[in-house]
Amino acid sequence: MTKTIVVTSGKGGVGKTTTSASIATGLAKRGFKTVVIDFDVGLRNLDLVMGCERRVVYDLVNLVNQESSLNQTLIKDKRIENLYILPASQTRDKDALTIEGIARVMHKLKKSDFDYIICDSPAGIEKGAKMALYFADEAIVTTNPEVSSVRDSDRILGILQSESRRSKLNEDPVKEHLLITRYNPTRVKDGQMLSVDDIVDLLAIPLLGIIPESPSVLDCSNAGKPVILDDESEAGQAYSDAIDRLLGESKPHRFMEAPKKGFLSRLFG
Amino acid sequence: MGFFKFFKSGKEEQTAKLAKDRLQVLIAHQRTDRTGPDYLPMLRQDILDVIKKYVSVGDDALSVQIDQQDDCDVLELNITLPEDAESTEHASTVAKRRALERQQETGSVT
Ligand SMILES: Nc1ncnc2c1ncn2[C@@H]1O[C@H](COP(=O)(O)OP(=O)(O)O)[C@@H](O)[C@H]1O
Ligand SMILES: [Mg+2]
Repeated sequence: MTKTIVVTSGKGGVGKTTTSASIATGLAKRGFKTVVIDFDVGLRNLDLVMGCERRVVYDLVNLVNQESSLNQTLIKDKRIENLYILPASQTRDKDALTIEGIARVMHKLKKSDFDYIICDSPAGIEKGAKMALYFADEAIVTTNPEVSSVRDSDRILGILQSESRRSKLNEDPVKEHLLITRYNPTRVKDGQMLSVDDIVDLLAIPLLGIIPESPSVLDCSNAGKPVILDDESEAGQAYSDAIDRLLGESKPHRFMEAPKKGFLSRLFG
Repeated sequence: MGFFKFFKSGKEEQTAKLAKDRLQVLIAHQRTDRTGPDYLPMLRQDILDVIKKYVSVGDDALSVQIDQQDDCDVLELNITLPEDAESTEHASTVAKRRALERQQETGSVT
C-alpha cells in the first residue's frame, strides 16, 4: 500500500522543503521505496536541497501533460537506494497543474510500487498548496514557534479537514502530525519564544518531532545534502527520531532543553 | 546572554506569553468559523457592529461559539469590553452586589 504524505504549513520559509528532503531520505534509508515531489511550480527548490539540480531533464508539469514518461522524469538519488525525486517546473506557472493530471501521476506511482509519496507543498493556502495536500493520507504540518506560522498552520488544518480528497469522499480523515522546526530552546527558556507545550496546546494535534534551529541545516543545503544524512547534527538526529515516530515507534522528544551555560558564557555569550 | 542582559535577567519581557494569548483568541475564531454553521461569521460581524454603536471595541472583542450541551446547541457570546468603560464597570458592580444580596437572603452558598 502506498502512503502519501504532504509536508505543508501555509507560511513560507518555515522548513517544508528541508523537511520533505529529510523525511523522504530517512524513509528510503530504512528500505522503503520513496519518491519526493516538488509541488512548488515556478519556484523549484527541492532539487537544490537534494543536490540533483544538474540532473533535471523533465519535471512534474511535463509528466502531468504527458510530455514525458514516469521513468524519464524521476531522478534516482545517487546516495540512497530506493529514493527518487520528482522536480517542479522552473518556468511554468502554478495553473499548469490540475487535480486530474496529478491523479494520473499518483496512479502511476502507485503502480510502480512506491511505499511513500512525499509531497513538498508550496507556501500559501491557494491552489498550489491545495493541490499538494489533496491526495494526502497523512500531513506533516511544519510550524515555527512564531505567531504567524502557528496561525497559518491552523488554517492549513482547516483545509486538510475540508478540502482534501479524504474529506471530500468522506473517508477517514487525513492523519495530522505536528512538526515544530527552527526551535530555539534558549529563547523559549527566556520567555521570548512559544514553547512546544504552547504550540501543542494551541494546535491540538499529535507531536511528531521538534527540529532545533541548527547551523548544519544551512551547511547541508549548501552542499545539496539532506540534513538527516548528517548524523552529527542535532537537526539530523531530530529528523531521524521523527522517522521512527512516523513508523509507529514511540521515542522521547530531544533537543527541547536549553544548553546549560557557565557563568562566563552567560556574561559574555 | 550578553554582559548587560545578565544583570537584567528576569526583567526581560516575556513576549511568548503575549503570543500565546493572542493566538488563543485567533485560533478560537478560526475554528468556530469553520466548524460552526456558515452564518456564524456574519452573525458575529452583525453583533459586533451593534456593540460598536455603543462602545468602542476592537474586532477581536467578541467571540461567538456554538457548544453542544446534551441535545441542544448553546450559542455562547463573549464580549470583552475595554477597561476604561466606566458605565460598564458600574453596571457589573451593581450586578455583583445584587447577586451577593440575593445569596445572603436565601443563604445559598453557590
Ligand atoms: N532547523 C533549521 N535550522 C536552521 N535553519 C533552517 C532549519 N530549517 C530550515 N532552515 C532554513 O530556513 C530556510 C527556509 O527553509 P525551507 O525548507 O526552504 O522552507 P520552506 O520550504 O517552508 O519555504 C532555509 O534557508 C533553510 O536552510
Ligand atoms: Mg519550499
